[in-house]
Amino acid sequence: MKRLGRAEFDRLLNALTEVGYELIGPVMRDGAILYDSIAGVRDLPVGWTDAQEAGQYRIQRRDDQALFGYVVGPHSWKRFLFPPNQTVFSARRTDDGFVLETPPVDGVRRALIGVRACELEAIRIQDRVFLEGPYLDTAYQQRRAMLFVVAVNCGQAGGTCFCASMKTGPKAHGGYDLALTEVLDADEHYFTVDAGSPAGKEVLDRLDLPEASGAECDAAAAAVARAESQMGRSLDTDGLKPLLDRVLDGRHWEAVGQRCLSCANCTLVCPTCFCSTVEDITELDGGARRERRWDSCFDGEFSYVAGGSIRQSTASRYRQWLTHKLSSWHDQFGSSGCVGCGRCITWCPVGIDITQEAAALRVADAAEHDG
Amino acid sequence: MHTPTVEAAAALEPLLPQRYRVTRRCQELADTFSLELAPVDSPLACCGPGQFNMLYVYGVGEVPISLSGHSQDGVGLIHTVRVVGPVTQAMSGLEAGDMVGVRGPFGAPWPLAEAEGRDLVFAAGGLGLAPLRLAIEHVLDNRGRFGSVCVAFGARSPELILFRNILERWRARFDVSVDVTVDCAGADWAGKVGVVTRLLERDDYEPVETCALICGPEVMMRYSAKTLLDRGVPAAQIFLSMERSMKCAVGYCGHCQFGPGFVCKDGPVYSHADIGRLLELSEF
Repeated sequence: MKRLGRAEFDRLLNALTEVGYELIGPVMRDGAILYDSIAGVRDLPVGWTDAQEAGQYRIQRRDDQALFGYVVGPHSWKRFLFPPNQTVFSARRTDDGFVLETPPVDGVRRALIGVRACELEAIRIQDRVFLEGPYLDTAYQQRRAMLFVVAVNCGQAGGTCFCASMKTGPKAHGGYDLALTEVLDADEHYFTVDAGSPAGKEVLDRLDLPEASGAECDAAAAAVARAESQMGRSLDTDGLKPLLDRVLDGRHWEAVGQRCLSCANCTLVCPTCFCSTVEDITELDGGARRERRWDSCFDGEFSYVAGGSIRQSTASRYRQWLTHKLSSWHDQFGSSGCVGCGRCITWCPVGIDITQEAAALRVADAAEHDG
Repeated sequence: MHTPTVEAAAALEPLLPQRYRVTRRCQELADTFSLELAPVDSPLACCGPGQFNMLYVYGVGEVPISLSGHSQDGVGLIHTVRVVGPVTQAMSGLEAGDMVGVRGPFGAPWPLAEAEGRDLVFAAGGLGLAPLRLAIEHVLDNRGRFGSVCVAFGARSPELILFRNILERWRARFDVSVDVTVDCAGADWAGKVGVVTRLLERDDYEPVETCALICGPEVMMRYSAKTLLDRGVPAAQIFLSMERSMKCAVGYCGHCQFGPGFVCKDGPVYSHADIGRLLELSEF
């Protein structure tokens, strides 16, 4: 474990830039902490935090100068691996028909700065969706191969966090090149740094950092333990999959369907939601292209087949979303589709809380079985 | 030299269609037509009975369509399409010589090898006859490998009887029962009137030894399966072809999710034992 002083943080970022990475990290914009290009520490939301509750997100000043003193915002890293809008192919008419061409992937090597443990797990989950076939998403594969991941272990949890329940955080376990833990003592501000890959080790070697002392490692572990004890939410996953299979035709969905606006916010902020649709666009010069865009199972058109949409009611769409996340995801990809980041709770305009809904379904199931 | 398989080539660009040319167009019904397609570049892997391709119309879009036949040379594809939206509308205007894009083949085929030695019941509703046509032809071409064979077909009205000539040809054989019913008809129809499930209430198949292949509207498949189950056909021997929205057909656009799986890769052909419960859920 190495020690990186706060004053040296730019050295880490510069080292990554020198190796050829474009830096993407948290920035303050539009009253929220988003992910975008950064040049150095000055672009980070230094001294800011976020307060989150169901349907509520506020930026607040911290009384210190922490670099990563907040949890996750409305963005997730998926937008850099699985962009919200990408061209599948472009098409051009010829004398005897047409030709189709796939555009090259942009080829940008990106270093993601400040990936939380829940988000690392989300990337692993999307890897299984797009890379484990039988068909590969080749554009995702290329972007993924060029990625450098700087993880940050959480030193505090947010009001809608429940990664501890989903066993994804708050400490990163693999899947990163470098992992940092931020420590703010009364008079010291530093990071412990751990390399998780040969590429990460190479960067650490370039920086030639001192070893972290035993006390510093302890302080870092204490910060993570603090986050673990602060989880704003919890979700009981014990027996949840068979439970959800039992309640598929239950009445509870109607109740949540009454509150849900079917706005799709939860799916767009979710770091694992992977649904997309396509749109065919024609140009005035006769050219055409096919765009692939994020889509949501809450959209009325999502389940459209000749004759109408399969899921007309909001209740049926909410059932699809929740049971996919917490149940059928296991069948499809061998894990839960929920990492406990809490985004869907925070960004739901009416504050629907997946942890509360799961708990309510547990109560409904128990009532049905007693009856 | 290592020759990449078609599957490997598809894996490289699974969302990029291959170019095919329309070699023949046949109007089947007022709103239904068949296109015979020949590859312009290298042909896709052989598409089996029950599998489907994604057909692309330049600048308009792409739709999943089951294979309904092969051209005489065996390389070309025949797809039978009903006009239901903008893509199929544009497709209906295509003529011999026009170009389309094709991706595929996708999905699980009808389990014809498993069905050998059994009595066979085919139940088709409307356009559902198209995905069954190749399976029926396979069985008739290899007639000795199967027990009794019956084809039950239902259409909404007499003028919506798909593949009428083909049905008549099958019916001319002495080793298959072909029965047709319509939901409603005028005075000029002397045939059967009623739902297709009625045609399954017959004695020329041994239920426990029967394999049933069903394709049609979901409600028709649900009730056909129920009739067969009531008569003693095991759920694991009843197969249905499901339809859900599809955008990618390769398992990652999410649209065709159906409970634990994806219709594009786990279906479209499912055994009733696997999905019977899901069929009972509304808006699933």
